[in-house]
Amino acid sequence: MRFVDEFREPELISKTAEEIRRLAGRERHYRMMEVCGGHTHAIYRFGLKDILPENIELIHGPGCPVCVLPMGRIDDGLSIAQQPDVIFAAFGDMMRVPGTLGSPLEHKARGMDVRIVYSPSDVLKLARLNPDKHVMFFAIGFETTAPSTALTMMRAKAEGLRNFSVFCNHVTIIPAIRAILDSPDMRLDAFIGPGHVSTVIGCRPYEWIAQNERKPIVVSGFEPLDMLQSIVMLLRQLKTGEAKVENQYKRVVPWEGNRAALKAMAEVFELRPYFEWRGLGFISQSALRVNDKYAEWDAEQRFAVPGIRVTDPKAAQCGEVLKGVLKPHQCKLFGRECTPEHPIGALMVSTEGSCAAYYNYEHRKAAMVSLSPIA
Amino acid sequence: MCLAIPGRIVEIFFDNQDSAMVDVVGVRRRIDLGLLQDDKPVPGDWVLVHVGFAMSKISAEDAADQMNTLRMLGEIDGAMQEVRGYGLEEMN
Repeated sequence: MRFVDEFREPELISKTAEEIRRLAGRERHYRMMEVCGGHTHAIYRFGLKDILPENIELIHGPGCPVCVLPMGRIDDGLSIAQQPDVIFAAFGDMMRVPGTLGSPLEHKARGMDVRIVYSPSDVLKLARLNPDKHVMFFAIGFETTAPSTALTMMRAKAEGLRNFSVFCNHVTIIPAIRAILDSPDMRLDAFIGPGHVSTVIGCRPYEWIAQNERKPIVVSGFEPLDMLQSIVMLLRQLKTGEAKVENQYKRVVPWEGNRAALKAMAEVFELRPYFEWRGLGFISQSALRVNDKYAEWDAEQRFAVPGIRVTDPKAAQCGEVLKGVLKPHQCKLFGRECTPEHPIGALMVSTEGSCAAYYNYEHRKAAMVSLSPIA
Repeated sequence: MCLAIPGRIVEIFFDNQDSAMVDVVGVRRRIDLGLLQDDKPVPGDWVLVHVGFAMSKISAEDAADQMNTLRMLGEIDGAMQEVRGYGLEEMN
């Protein structure tokens, strides 16, 4: 329990950890997936594995938007920005994600006009400041950021700002969970539900997981105590054979979500029939595209997009890690060819990617294990 | 991008009802309120901000908790960099 003393309410944490051990017992192995990349980061950062009994296994889910984006989409976005007078704008998280011919940052070094923005509204500002250029926003994220992109497009339309478009890579969390549950090599007992995505979508969209799949799911906050309490709630359900949606993060997540945000998304976006996810393959109705009303602000409709499909570097096993079939350190490239300084796969780029989280917090431990003779 | 940053509303702009000045530990930036149309905040309220948009109203206590969470996650610097960057303040 290395970090416990730094946490708030250390006694309550110890008590909750004790309760987890009591509930988990010894007979059964529990596999719980934390869907959200923010939770993955927190789990490593806080050393929660050291607190949890061995028979509770946390599987890292697909909830890191940078990590699940196939390389071809990055290539497509960059190919639009190769055209004259186009500015490529994206959040900082995207800048180091490798495309076939390098990351956006590497393209910037070669002369592409690449700008980091911290908010989609600032892309509008860039467009106003550069009336003779076209500013393309490379939009990524789950339902946490999709409403902001949508509202920004609504504002552009209202303003009549025409030198701005969105290359939309927004994805939705529910179909990804469904794909994981449908995957034959994935056995899971329960889910730790995403915190911030749920502020937008609320808790209702998870009900099928409980009702149809009979798996408990608890929407959780990000502090150590939040996650431990969520695990207690999941174990209580599993012990009594119940399966329901519970909300541990009530202080932030309303059960019904944020209606204005959902309305903005519905105004601008529609579901793609299918979309490719790194590691999970094509998942039907799992991503958003710009609808016809906003075609003028859709980079995919305004520009010729090559539609590049790239298979991941063969040796990299991002897919297996994303599905939770392999742990990060079990990938052949982990910590050797692929490090946070020189990432080969996106899981190593984002702090929410399980490889980067594992590398930053567990790698020293893993390195010691690999030095010991293999029996 | 996935950070939820707590801020206190200090001013709502009457020229544009959908934006407000927030204070995030002393740094003040304009953010968009358009996603809180159903539950409009007033000056003094605390909100969680994602990528320059207020996404939910929270209590002062929860705002302090969220700051503490960011601190524990080692993401205070990232969060402050994000807030300072709103409005292209640090554009190169």
